[in-house]
Amino acid sequence: MSNMNQAMVEKYRNDFLKEVKANVEEGDWVQMCMQCGVCSGSCPFGPYWDHPPQELFMMIRAGKREEVLSSNSMWMCTSCYNCIARCPRELPITHIMHGLAHYADRLGLAPKEQPTRKFANRFWDNLVKKGRVNELKLGVSLYFMNGFIEGIKTAMAAAPLGMGMMKAKRLSPMEYFGGHGVKDSKGLDAILKKARQIEDEKIAKYNS
Amino acid sequence: MADIIATNETILVVGGGISGMTAALEAAECGKQVILIEKGPSVGGRVSQLYKYFPKLCHPTCGQEINQRRIKANKNVRLLTMTEVAEVSGEAGNYSVTLKTAPRYVTENCTACGDCGEAVEAEFDSEHNYGLGKRKGAYLPHQMAYPQRYVLDPSIIGTPDATKAKEACKYDAIDLDMQEETTSITVGAIIWATGWRPYDANKIQPYGYDRFANVITSVEFERLMDPHGPTGGKLLRPSDGKEAKDIAFIQCAGSRDRNYLKHCSRICCMASLKQTTYVREKYADDGKATIYYIDIRAIDRIDDFYQNVKADENVSFIKSKVAKIEEDKASGNPVLHGVNTEGYERYANPHDLVVLAVGMEPSVASEDFPIKVTVNDNGFIEQDEANGAIFAAGCASDALDVNRAVQSATASALRAIQVVNKVAGMEG
Ligand SMILES: Cc1cc2nc3c(=O)[nH]c(=O)nc-3n(C[C@H](O)[C@H](O)[C@H](O)COP(=O)(O)OP(=O)(O)OC[C@H]3O[C@@H](n4cnc5c(N)ncnc54)[C@H](O)[C@@H]3O)c2cc1C
Ligand code: SF4
Ligand code: SF4
Repeated sequence: MSNMNQAMVEKYRNDFLKEVKANVEEGDWVQMCMQCGVCSGSCPFGPYWDHPPQELFMMIRAGKREEVLSSNSMWMCTSCYNCIARCPRELPITHIMHGLAHYADRLGLAPKEQPTRKFANRFWDNLVKKGRVNELKLGVSLYFMNGFIEGIKTAMAAAPLGMGMMKAKRLSPMEYFGGHGVKDSKGLDAILKKARQIEDEKIAKYNS
Repeated sequence: MADIIATNETILVVGGGISGMTAALEAAECGKQVILIEKGPSVGGRVSQLYKYFPKLCHPTCGQEINQRRIKANKNVRLLTMTEVAEVSGEAGNYSVTLKTAPRYVTENCTACGDCGEAVEAEFDSEHNYGLGKRKGAYLPHQMAYPQRYVLDPSIIGTPDATKAKEACKYDAIDLDMQEETTSITVGAIIWATGWRPYDANKIQPYGYDRFANVITSVEFERLMDPHGPTGGKLLRPSDGKEAKDIAFIQCAGSRDRNYLKHCSRICCMASLKQTTYVREKYADDGKATIYYIDIRAIDRIDDFYQNVKADENVSFIKSKVAKIEEDKASGNPVLHGVNTEGYERYANPHDLVVLAVGMEPSVASEDFPIKVTVNDNGFIEQDEANGAIFAAGCASDALDVNRAVQSATASALRAIQVVNKVAGMEG
């Protein structure tokens, strides 16, 4: 268990809803859910989740902390926004899903092998280097996410797509050597540093 | 209409539904002078479009008939149909009101023999049947209409149909030169009883009321049951005229939803429970009703009704707000998609017919009132000092069933009576 996770357990004890309200982006909306089920019924991924949104919200209120935070459900959200469009209480469900996923990741409780989680972290690491996504490197790192052999296979299968993208100038082999970035890279560093500092301060508060 | 006599001891009642009629009669039977105006060609309001009333499941006609008799018998009530309020100014005890009366083109000589209706060819969507089915260009609004007098649709005036109607009438009751009339009166208090209208189901995009023939509203369902209605009292579905035996009811269609109406419309749970008894009445054990709901709001005395419906094995309840409806092209069956929140199973359930339990909204939008009145967030009129002697009755004040609408009408009559009594006292 990470230090922060330990600190949160101690801080909120039995009140997981309170913890979510305080720490999860848009988490204070969870209490507004009336359990109508329209979000769950609207989700294109519905049959494949362990817990659709409305069930997650009920579990939060019921204090099922471990089950919620280690669930892979919120990682399944495709941001289609069907649920937000239909929720009679105007809950920003999509955003809550992402908030929950992020919080679980920060606490180190998110399932390690969850592919969306892995992709999100890779995407982030790739993006912060230059302020622009390097499609080539991101693509390659994704192909090899599940090991070398698997990676070669995936890369071969995706080759026509890659060639097409190159033709359309959406992808350049030169990207492998450096690649494009934002003009003001110092400014970008400063923004990221500040964000990191705010985040670290938050975490430090609970780890002290 | 020069013969209308009104003073600041007169009470004006706007809207001739069950609430307006009740308020008018209560005041008149206490000896007050009342002018009752109704926008449509007959009184009764939306209750006259119901097949049966909950909780007792009697036909609305009997209640209507009693009220009609009371109106006929009471010389203190003056009824003006096809009339609306154009302007209001003044204050409690002294309002100047301008009324506008649309031409009916049919005089009091009419015996409702129906010859003009036979003679006329043009047909229009029937208002009484919510657009299911047609009525003629010369018509009686419905069987129980009061006054029992025909109306000509203004759009046939100047066409050969108008002449045909006039020539067909043996009683010389048709006057094609009738014009809109404006009347100015003074009254002491105003009871606003303009009622409700069903929420526009077209706005509820995921339910496809605008796209799927076999998705209808609860008010339309009432019309299907009426022996004088568009299907002769059979539960036939619109797409193919097949008997609908497996019927789904979707609760809170447009209510309790920040995308549509925020409030609970309060009567639609009971309305759907009642409508499941229609399914049983038609088909006995061959019919099937399924209610999709968030929670059932049948409280107080009407809980018994709910318990009885629950005991019916042919009625099932699925705790779920339906996410969307799709149509099975081959059968025309609407297919309901959602999650049963008791167990979290996803379903895709086909039914013969879907009835949307649509919400109630005020029939007059707050910006359309002829004088400023205080309304709540949902557009219903509040009981507020700032409204002077303008009092709301029935569904103009809230989403109410008939029982509560009538209570509210009596209360507003008492408030209005106090105002005109005060005026009378001062004038000694
Ligand atoms: C599907 C459904 C089923 C229902 N079933 C039942 C039931 O079984 N039992 C029950 O108790 N209740 C039932 N209700 C509720 C019932 O319909 C209402 O309680 C009742 O209609 C309220 O009467 P009202 O006079 O306040 O309004 P309305 O019936 O709306 O009457 C208002 C009148 O005012 C007139 N008017 C409107 N605007 C103006 C204007 N500007 N100037 C002049 N006149 C105007 C209208 O033409 C109308 O005649 C049901 C409702 C629905 C939706
Ligand atoms: S749609 Fe909104 S109110 Fe309904 S269950 Fe989902 S989050 Fe809750
Ligand atoms: S009465 Fe029932 S169906 Fe109507 S809005 Fe309220 S809860 Fe929904």
